[in-house]
Formats: sequence, structure tokens, C-alpha cells
Amino acid sequence: MDVFDKLKILTDAAKYDVACTSSGVNKKAAAGGIGNAAASGICHSFSGDGRCISLLKVLMTNACAYDCKYCVNRKSNDTPRASFTPRELAELTINFYRRNYIEGLFLSSGVLKNPDYTTEQMIEALRILREEYRFFGYIHAKAIPGTDSGLIAQLGMLTDRMSVNIELPSQSSLQMLAPDKSKHSILAPMKYIQNRIQENSTDIIKYRHAPKFVPAGQSTQMIIGATPDTDFQILNLTEGLYKKYKLKRVFFSAYMPVAENDLLPTLDTTPPLWREHRLYQADWLLRFYGFTANELLDEHHQSFNPYLDPKCNWALHHMDFFPMNVNRASYTDLLRVPGIGVNSARRIVIARRTATLQFNDLKKLGVVLKRAQYFINCGGKVIGSLKISQDKVLRSLMSEKTLGMYHQSFPLQSQAEQLSLFEQPPMILSGFPQEDHQRCLTNSL
Amino acid sequence: MLDQFTLIYRYDGSFDGLLCCVFESYDKKEIPTEIILPDISQTLLFAAKEIRTDVQKANRVLASIPEKMGFDALNFIQRAFLTCAPKKELYILLFLRLGYRHGRSVMDMLADDAVHTLFKAVKHLDNESHLLKGFVRFSIFSNVLVAEIEPKNCVLPLMTQHFCERYPEERFLIYDKTHGMALVYHPYQSAIIPIDDLELPEPDEQEQSYRALWQLFYDTIEIQGRHNPKCRMGHMPKRYWKYTTEFGSSSKKSLLKLENTAKFLIP
Repeated sequence: MDVFDKLKILTDAAKYDVACTSSGVNKKAAAGGIGNAAASGICHSFSGDGRCISLLKVLMTNACAYDCKYCVNRKSNDTPRASFTPRELAELTINFYRRNYIEGLFLSSGVLKNPDYTTEQMIEALRILREEYRFFGYIHAKAIPGTDSGLIAQLGMLTDRMSVNIELPSQSSLQMLAPDKSKHSILAPMKYIQNRIQENSTDIIKYRHAPKFVPAGQSTQMIIGATPDTDFQILNLTEGLYKKYKLKRVFFSAYMPVAENDLLPTLDTTPPLWREHRLYQADWLLRFYGFTANELLDEHHQSFNPYLDPKCNWALHHMDFFPMNVNRASYTDLLRVPGIGVNSARRIVIARRTATLQFNDLKKLGVVLKRAQYFINCGGKVIGSLKISQDKVLRSLMSEKTLGMYHQSFPLQSQAEQLSLFEQPPMILSGFPQEDHQRCLTNSL
Repeated sequence: MLDQFTLIYRYDGSFDGLLCCVFESYDKKEIPTEIILPDISQTLLFAAKEIRTDVQKANRVLASIPEKMGFDALNFIQRAFLTCAPKKELYILLFLRLGYRHGRSVMDMLADDAVHTLFKAVKHLDNESHLLKGFVRFSIFSNVLVAEIEPKNCVLPLMTQHFCERYPEERFLIYDKTHGMALVYHPYQSAIIPIDDLELPEPDEQEQSYRALWQLFYDTIEIQGRHNPKCRMGHMPKRYWKYTTEFGSSSKKSLLKLENTAKFLIP
């Protein structure tokens, strides 16, 4: 079997791994070496499905001793098997790297014989790269659940980022679909890596040239839609992982039906790409916008609104928070406005030092006024009418067709109304019940 | 005062020349409506005022910029000069005039027209140079890495550091077809030199097999069930495809003229 066949089989087996980031670390080659890394990460290409290709994403081997039901490489699957020798893999990586095809290597593996043996093979390939070729580029390695912690420590010294796949969002799903893995065997290496990173950070303070352990942090991924876990559970788990294990990223992958099994969705189900998209949107809100999981979803709303993004959805249910004066609101408040992102919020804060911002200025700063206009005012001015209701915003954000579908799945709260010559002012804007308003007006409160 | 509306500067196209326009604008207390390059053949309705490049004047302006509005502003207009924005010279002049009046806070005036135009242009430049750091594809000819690009902005100065840190021990050349420039490097010095044309030799067997391996990897890594060409185009617009190996666009030119154009690289 030549390198072409091996590359085809082992790429095909690795493509369901989501993470392909090369971010989180800045470094350059020492004299005599090759390779650098940029903290922002660099994408080298985009595949036909629109995903970025930054690293050479392959498996060491796709021969696996485990039998996870959702996986293409499971033991019981009849598929051609191949393995790279450590030297072949290192040579391929260097040659791709010299031609600027890739930013580095993403190395994962099926479990050949046992987790320890597999990890030893991976370590050997990375050692050749780092020591013989003096490669300073980015390396992302998967920690295989159940590996000895000594080997993980060795692997960690050679890589920039490590990840342990959490695979499925709950213990019960894991038991059902991946009988060889347990919550403990996944979280133990994650905890170990986190502790080592923490230890290492104090070493670096003491000795400037202390070798770095996983400098770009660790990440994980889970499959969405193979099990009945709800968005609320997944988002809470995500938040927990960020807080407890200090992960850099949590990736979601919509389940692609690759195997027939009674426990899994049927082969003709389409992957839940919209759900994955909403989860990523929420993930960004957690990491950069100061939202918490409980604000976005709760016990009664366990799944995301398919018609509205999570931020818009939150804003529409908290109309009392708006309209917000962009010339005065704090940065953290600005981040809560739909249509204002991290960049535009930062620009607003800078630009308003020298001028009072008007609506056409906001356009220049990159604010998406189509969404933002309903939630902000500029020096007391608003666009359109003064009274803004949830219903009005919905009507202007969606096409008639989607609005119809939206109302079908989220029926209006109010009962049939008595027709009136004069429109009743909607009371969503304030938290007061209607009687309070009337008393307010007649000064009898 | 009527002249104010028809005033056109013509400069030699260098950064120093532009700084001399700024000097002239303050010296004569006038603001031009346009600043043009010498090779613009289009007949103008109004005569253009020739601005002679005087290094001494330029240096005076250059020294005053960090003093009045900080090094960020200097760095910013240097980058703005590399962009492909129309009328960038005029906007740089307006930006500097604004800067001399308001000082450091000019960098905060994002809602101002001149500042906004330049910020947008520089963002385009930064984005393009960042994308090209990934999309550049080298071919190896007798152990020299050679790549071609066709950027809109003049991105080579912004890519120099990245590639020098990436391949400290290699010899490489990146040819910018749009601007007729090339970034050349051999351990441990780099230069940006003007180059008219670059003809590449036929790739050897090893080069071809790695290209084929990369194409194989590229085609295999896609998950067919998620095919989404629109998303790909959003991230990687088609104008970058021309020189990327994965879309099968290895240059098919022959003739070994590489030695002539890049003597610098092959001793």
C-alpha cells in the first residue's frame, strides 16, 4: 500500500473530527528550524463543505479496538484499514508544510491494540518532527481516553494543543453508544492536562525557558443529534467545561449517519446543521458576549428557536432592557444589542469619545442597523415609530412565510382580541401591568 | 480662492512625494481636490500642480507625525499608502490635516469620513494579507520555494515577517503579479525587488507527486453530506483560486528563466 492509498483512507477516517484550528500560540522557528505559529490562526484552504483546512488532519491508524456505534472506524465496520509509520507521517507533514499547504499537523488515531501503544506511536511521529526536522509549526494531538498519564505528559510536551473528545453530551448516551468509554475515562485526562498546564504556567514564570506544556490549551468536541439530549443540557455542559476545565473551545458536530443501528437515527436523516449553527452562536455568546447558559435557555425552553438567533431571541424577551442609548451605554451592555458585535461595540466606545454618534455613523462602525435599529437610540432619536413591540420587531426581521411558521410553533400569548377602532398600545415594553400604567397616568399610584 | 475648487496635485508616486504634498498644502494654505500619479494620461480639465519630491521636506513631515499624533497614526498611514483604495492619497492628506489639528484623538474619530475611508481600506489590506499568508502555494524548484500571487493591495511588506519566521533556513520567492514586485529571501536576509515577469520551469516528479497528494487530501477531507460551495466561496473568494494547487492550477509554463529573474537566490 503506497502513501496515496494510506492518505486517502486515513483522511477519510479523520474528516469527522471538527477541530482544525491553528490558533492560541505565537512562536517562530529557532535558527536551523522550520515553522512558526500565529495566535490568530491561519486557514490555508476551505474544503467543499466550507470548513477551514488549516492542519493536515489524519489518523495514525484507523484500525480500532473499540466499537463505538456512531463511528466509521468501529471494530465491527467493514472498511479498509491502514496505518502510517511515524516516519512516513513526519515526512508528509514537512513536505506539505514547506509548500505552505498547511499550518501543521492534527494527529488523532484509532485505538491500535491498546491506548498506550497507540499513544507511543503518535509520540514517535511527533518526536521525529520536532527533533529531527526541528519543526516549530502547530501540532494538535488527540489524547486517547485511557492512556497512561506519563504518556500524556510526554505527548503534551510535543504538541501545541491537545483535545479529548467528550463525544456524547451525557453519561447515559455514552453508555448506550460508546460502551468502551466512560465519563470518567474522558474527564480524567482532561483534568490531568488542565493541571499540567496550570503547573507549567508557574514554571514559566520561574524559568523563562521552561519547556511549554500544551501552550495553546485544550479543546473538545461532541456529537449533536445522535442522542436525545436537549440544547439546554448541551449548553450547560459547554459552560461547565469552559469554567471547570478552562477549555479554549468546545466544538459541536452535527451527526452524519454513517452506521445503521437501532440505537441511532436512521441513515436517511439529514444532519441537524441548523441546530449545530445555533449552538455555535450560543457558544460565541458564552465566550465573548458575557451571556450565561441560563439566560439563553431554561427548563421550559430546552431548545433554541429555529427562526431567531439566540441573541435576538434573548433581546425580544427582555424588551425592558431596550432601547439603549449608544452614546452612554457601557461596553458590556452594548454587547447585548442584536446587530452589535464585539468589533462594533469596541469601535462605538472609541468613536464616541470624540463625537456624538448618529445612526449613519453607526453604519460606518459596522453596526447591522437592520437588527440593531429596534433596540437603540442615538441621542434620543430612534428610527421609525417610538413604540416598538415584540411583534413589530418580529414582523420586520422575518419574511412573511417564516413569520407564519414562527407563529405556528410559538403561538401568540394573547387571546383573541376585541376589535377596536383605536389600537391598544402594546404593553410588552414595560414590566408593569396595564392597570399600573393607567394609575400612573392619573397620578393615583 | 476659486483655485481651491480646481486644485490638483501631481506627485511622483512615492511615500516621500505624498508627504511633500502635505507640506505644500500647509505651506500654501490650500487643500487640493485630488492628488494624482504622474502616469495618468487622462486629459484633465484643470492643470495639475507638479509637486517636486524634496527629501528634506518629506523628512520634516515624517518626523512631525509621531510627535503630533503618535506612532500608531504613522504606522496607520504607512499601511494606508499600501492599499488599493481610490483617492487614498487625498484621504491620507485629509487625515493628516485632521491629525495636526486634533492630535492623538484622530485615531478615535472613526465616524469621520476621511478616517473611516482609510480604516476601511486598511482593514481590506490587513484581511487580504492575512488570507494570503494561508493561500500562498509554493512550488519547489531545485530547492527554492517559489510562489505567485495576484493581490489587490500591495501586501508583500506585510507578509515579509511571517514568511521569514516561517522558513528561516529556506530560500524563497513570492512574486506579486499585480504590482510587479517580488519578496525574495535567503538565509537570513530579505528584500522586496521589482520583477517584470517570472516564468517557472516544469515541476519535477517529486513536486508533482506532492501536488497530487495535496489534491487527494483536499478532495477527501470534505464531508459530502455537508457540501456547501457558497460557504466555501465566502471564506475563500474565487479570485484566490487561480494560484492554489488544490484547484489544479499549477502553472504549465516551461522555459527555465528562473535563473535570470532570481539570480539573487541561486548563487
